[in-house]
Order: sequence, then structure tokens, then C-alpha cells
Amino acid sequence: MTFAEQFPIVIQALNTGFLQTLKLFFVTLLGAIPLGLIISFGSMSRFKPLSYFTKIVVWIIRGTPLMIQLLIIYFMPGLMGNNIWGGGESGRFLAASIAFIFNYACYFSEIYRGGIQGVPKGQEEAGLVLGMTKSQIFFKVKLLQMVKRIVPPMSNEIITLVKDTSLSRIISLQEVIFAGQSFMKGNMGIAGVIWPLFFTAVYYLIFNGILTVLLGRLEKKLEYFR
Amino acid sequence: MAILEVQHVSKSFGHTEVLKDISFSLDKGKVLSLIGSSGSGKTTLLRCLNFLERPDGGVIRVNGETLFDAGDRATMKEGEIRRKRLHFGLVFQSFNLFPQYTALQNVMLAKELLEKEKTDYKARKKEIHKQIEAEAGNLLDQMGLSDRMDNYPHQLSGGQCQRVAIARALAMKPDILCFDEPTSALDPELTGEVLKVIKGLADQETTMIIVTHEMAFARDVSSQVIFMDGGRIMEQGTPAEVFENPKEERTKQFLSRFTNQ
Repeated sequence: MTFAEQFPIVIQALNTGFLQTLKLFFVTLLGAIPLGLIISFGSMSRFKPLSYFTKIVVWIIRGTPLMIQLLIIYFMPGLMGNNIWGGGESGRFLAASIAFIFNYACYFSEIYRGGIQGVPKGQEEAGLVLGMTKSQIFFKVKLLQMVKRIVPPMSNEIITLVKDTSLSRIISLQEVIFAGQSFMKGNMGIAGVIWPLFFTAVYYLIFNGILTVLLGRLEKKLEYFR
Repeated sequence: MAILEVQHVSKSFGHTEVLKDISFSLDKGKVLSLIGSSGSGKTTLLRCLNFLERPDGGVIRVNGETLFDAGDRATMKEGEIRRKRLHFGLVFQSFNLFPQYTALQNVMLAKELLEKEKTDYKARKKEIHKQIEAEAGNLLDQMGLSDRMDNYPHQLSGGQCQRVAIARALAMKPDILCFDEPTSALDPELTGEVLKVIKGLADQETTMIIVTHEMAFARDVSSQVIFMDGGRIMEQGTPAEVFENPKEERTKQFLSRFTNQ
């Protein structure tokens, strides 16, 4: 098969794989953004046992490779005699989502904590003396200032997440790397070619380019106040 | 009758006693200046009045209502504190304006949130909003900021920020407006414009407590002066009594530094 004949076949397979990459990316964001906030409240709690417990969990999750967390979450239930994930792609996706959400929520929680603690104490006090409630102060005064502070570090993590999704290849999730690799072993009449695997980089590069522009715009939008 | 009565208030941070047996009262429409060196407890006293700190002992009454009594836990309920706070307004040394809101929005925010909790808010939403906006506009106008309403805090000078902060405090119609060194973060020129605004409020008989290092201003604007030292009230009286005939050696010593300038 000539390159010109291979190209459309490969692109179609890579597109399908990248769709799974995107799905994992968005599901992780959707889960980790709110879960990270809950974890950050836990680590800032004045109830010491809760704050210690949260800090230990965050230490373990951030201190061990995501790849190992993926393997443990996916294979442990089966090894213990109860394969809750089932064998199919949907089971692998569910396991990967849980590992990614939990891992990223821990990173996000530390960014949030910095953002919340970075808002000057005077903002809360000003709200209090004006008779505002704690929740009004959080949502109406502190939240946007916190968002402004966390956009740059969050952008960094989000771009890393795009590339980290490739780690789910280790449990054979059929994302874009998996799709690219399949043409080495043989897939749809194409075997022993390596360029599709290299070509997957273009997908990451383009998607991260789009994200960089969008996150840059958000940062710009928040420049109206200091 | 006294609008504010403070009796035997004390407060410690750890082992440091920052307020010792503070008692005074203030009549409606009068201005009280709190003077004294840094660390004498003036700011802590204001913070206690505004429920930002909880005193360890003593009683605070406004209009005869006991807002705080260290011996009565019922006066410390979290839900009640919010309503009680509204008797007082506080203007901070560092302004603490909300940076993401314009001058006008800063003045309107708290009032609007308070109105939102009332049952008839939804039906009269537009009308209420208009009214709050008009009141906020008037206050900023009074502060000489009619052309700055749509500016964000970072676009304003320090003096303008502090005047917005004063308008923001006034919008909640407090019985007693407190100032915590309102001009300490400002250069002399900007200090003048803020002091002028406070003087204007005094002329309108706004009840105020002012923590300040501007001695000439304190003498000019207040009807009552308290000199604090080491967490105690060393001396209190009219400006003439405290500034011209101080009885305590410590007061004389403190004031000499200002008159010698």
C-alpha cells in the first residue's frame, strides 16, 4: 500500500482514538474541578483530623506515578476476585476516568488552596462588617479574585492533562496512542509502519494550541481588575 | 442619651492583654477620637465593636440594646452577630475595596444582597435596584466622586478609594461609623481630601469613632477624645481637656511629640 493509500485509513483510526482522548480529557476536567475544591476545603479545615487525612491523601496521590495509580485502580478489583470494571472499553474508560479525576483533583486542590489563601484577609473583613454572610463573601467577593489567581497555574495543569491522557494506554484504553501503535502490529491491512504513532503528536500539538489561545483569552478577560 | 456604651471590655491574644477594662460612652451625633501610639489597642477596640474580634470580658450596648455581654453566651450567636454588625460601619486603613467591582458596585453590593433576602424582593426587583443605585450615586456624589462611579479601584487614587470605602460603609446606614487610621496609607495631599469628607460627616452629626494619628484633625473634629496606652484608657475628655490640660504624664509625653513638630 502506498503512503497516499495508507493516509486516509490511518487518519480515520487516529480520529477515532483522539475522540476517546478528548472524552477522557473533558470527563477528567468536569470531575476534578469541583472535587479539587472539596479537597482544598478539607485540607484547609480547622478540624485537624480531617485536614491531616486530606493532606496525607494528597501526598500519596501526588507522590506516586499516575501510571501506577491507573494500574492499581484497573487491576486490583479483578485480582481481589471482583472485577467491577468488566472487560470492555467502557470498563477501561470508567477506571481511567476515576484514576485521572482523583489524581488531577489533588493537584487542583493545591492550586485552589494557594488561590483562596492569596486573597487578602481584608476582603473577608470588609464583607463581614458590611453584614454579608460567609457564603455571600465567598461567592460574590472572593471567588472571582481566586479564579484570577489560579488561571495561569491551572492552564499549565490542563495542558499537561491533555498529554497525560496517553498514560491510559497502559490499561489498553483505545485512545490516540493506542490507535497509532496498532499500525505497527497490523491493523486494517497496514502493518509494520511507525509513522502513525509519530503522527499522533500532531493531534496533541493542535489541541494544545487551541487550549493555549482559549486560556490566554480567559486570562486577558480577567485583566479588567487587579 | 448615649447611643453607645462600652463597659469593662477586655481582650487578650494568648498571654498578651491588649485591652484592659475599657469603659466609655458616646452620644448620638458626636465624634470620638481614639489617639495613642501604635500597639496601644485602639484598632483592637474598633475590631471588637465591629465583631471582628470577640472581647474576653465586658458589655457593649447600642441604643440601650445589649449587643455583647461576655457573661451571657446568648449574645454571641453567630446568626445574630451579622444583624448586630450592621449597627456599626468600619472604614479600614487599607480601604479593602472589592477590586472586581466598580466604585458604584462596591457601594451597592452589600445593600443589594441584604434586600435579596427579603420576601418581596422578586416582585420589586427592578424598583429596589433603582433605589439602591440612586442612593449609592448620591453617596458617591457627596464624596465628590460623581465622575468616578464606573471606575474600578485600581483606576482610582488612594484618596478616592478611601472615599469610595466611606460611601460603601454609609450605604448600610450604620448607627456608628468607625474609622481605623483612615489616612495612614495616604500622602499628605490625599489625606486632606479624606479628612475634609470626614469633617463634612461630622458637621452633619454622623456618630463616629476615629482612630487617628492626625492630632490637629482630632482636636478640630471631635467632641470627645480618648488617649490609650498599653491597652488602657489613660485619659478621656473634651479635646480642650486632653490636648491643652492633660493630667497624666504619659499623655503629656505623647502629645509633646506632635506639638514639637
